[in-house]
Amino acid sequence: MDFLRKKFDEIRKPFNPGGKFEKFAPAINSIDTLMFVPKHNTHKGAHIRDGVDLKRVMVTVIFALLPAMFFGMYNLGYQHFSQLGESTAFLDCMIFGAWKFLPMLLVSYGVGLAIEIGFAIYNKHEVNEGYLVSGMLIPLIMPVDFPLWMLAVSVVFAVFIGKEAFGGTGMNIFNPALIARAFAFFSYAPQMSGDKVWVADASTIDAVSGETILGQLAAGAHSSWSVLDMFLGYVPGSVGETSVLAILIGAAILIATGVGSWKIMTGVVIGGAAMGLIFNALGLNALMEFPWWQHLLVGGFAFGAVFMATDPVSGAQTEKGKWIYGILIGFFAIMIRVFNGAYPEGMMMAILLMNVFAPTVDHYVIAGNIKKRKKRLKAA
Amino acid sequence: MEYINIFVKSIFIDNMVFAYFLGMCSYLAVSKTVNTAVGLGAAVVFVLSITVPVNFLIDSYLLKPGALSWLGEEYASIDLSFLSFIMFIAVIASMVQLVEMIVERFAPALYGALGIFLPLIAVNCAILGGSLFMQQKDFANVGESAVYGLGSGIGWLLAIVAIAAIREKIAYSHIPGPLKGLGITFIITGLMAIGFMSFSGIKL
Repeated sequence: MDFLRKKFDEIRKPFNPGGKFEKFAPAINSIDTLMFVPKHNTHKGAHIRDGVDLKRVMVTVIFALLPAMFFGMYNLGYQHFSQLGESTAFLDCMIFGAWKFLPMLLVSYGVGLAIEIGFAIYNKHEVNEGYLVSGMLIPLIMPVDFPLWMLAVSVVFAVFIGKEAFGGTGMNIFNPALIARAFAFFSYAPQMSGDKVWVADASTIDAVSGETILGQLAAGAHSSWSVLDMFLGYVPGSVGETSVLAILIGAAILIATGVGSWKIMTGVVIGGAAMGLIFNALGLNALMEFPWWQHLLVGGFAFGAVFMATDPVSGAQTEKGKWIYGILIGFFAIMIRVFNGAYPEGMMMAILLMNVFAPTVDHYVIAGNIKKRKKRLKAA
Repeated sequence: MEYINIFVKSIFIDNMVFAYFLGMCSYLAVSKTVNTAVGLGAAVVFVLSITVPVNFLIDSYLLKPGALSWLGEEYASIDLSFLSFIMFIAVIASMVQLVEMIVERFAPALYGALGIFLPLIAVNCAILGGSLFMQQKDFANVGESAVYGLGSGIGWLLAIVAIAAIREKIAYSHIPGPLKGLGITFIITGLMAIGFMSFSGIKL
């Protein structure tokens, strides 16, 4: 270890203050912290005892995402082989899934971090861990056969316009991962929707059909998958979104560590269930007749509720606001699913829409609190 | 049912700002704080929900081809629709005068904050746009046009309040120098329009 450290210090010499490449220090520093965990800590004075920082928060979310990611990789292989009628041995599925998924992950991280480093140099500050989670979320919410260059363009748009234009981590108004998906959705619709993209190689092999459950319902047919399959995730869909069980494990991690807000998650479920019940009562088409609790299991609903809506930056910040924000997301998600035939998946749009209104919700919650306290003051 | 349909559609699907990008000047200029944004938004709602039905009446009883037939047979062939721009603008300008006087009398602080943008509502494209869309859409009666005006106004109000809240939130963000102020506001508006695209294509 010492040997490596010495070697690395030699490489980074020109980047040190006064060196030739001083301007590019953030780039080398980020590689440094990634490879050798720095031992900087505070030595004296008053400081908070809990060492929670951006790095720990981000790594917690990554851990929470891992079950969904691994199951997604397995399911990629499972969907592919089972539709072809070949054997679905665990290892084969895993290897196939990794072969499909890891390039997407690498492109997402590579492109995103390159831009982050560029902006860190421009802003003369250090690269932070903000992109770790977004970079993992983006490939998880894309269809498996999405061309890598399109993924790269979407990442560029999301990081540039969605994040760095606002000043980087913690300043963005919209969830960068969702901006990437929305950008891809509106720019490359044939690769992002329809019945040919959700299972690997569905577009080239005729025997494979990649229809999602929501796609089937939107087309007026009834779902051909069992409820257990929906819950466990043996259904076609974006890489990470299929398994409600894996997502629930992630949710448990997020809630136990206090990283994700349980209020938002519960709010989304309540809103979605309420809207589903209303539509069940109306029951005009296949999507409306679809039982409300199954609405919560299919598509990106669970993934969005746990990992997207709870983004602490783009979501509502006040406690009461979180309830309103969550409930409205669930409400709009089911509404868009049912009403808007062009978007069978409403979750992405619902969260983006509520990102727009989260600051407004916060503003009025705060204004209400001020009014309440003034009244209390007057009464006392 | 038809009323609810028009109302929801004009707020979300045909939103003045995010679907047509109308009324951008005051939307960009008066959206620095939520309170003034609400004030201007309310003024726009008021003006739209009065001018659209009034212009509907003018259009269908004075300007449309054959609108004058209530005067007698010989007037049925007259087509005055070339006057619609000037008539609509006259109605809008007088309504804005009225709003201005009311705001000055009852909310002087808001009057000061809105400044030049209050009289400028008269040339706000969202308001003339409301009347011209009304003409295009061929509403069946004055009630429908009134609901349309109210809905468009509320849609505009929602948009300006949302962007004002966002701008208050990003007041202390490290936005890159060249994008500060209007630049970032344009970017936000574009991204908000992506959010509002969730409603595009909904058929009610």
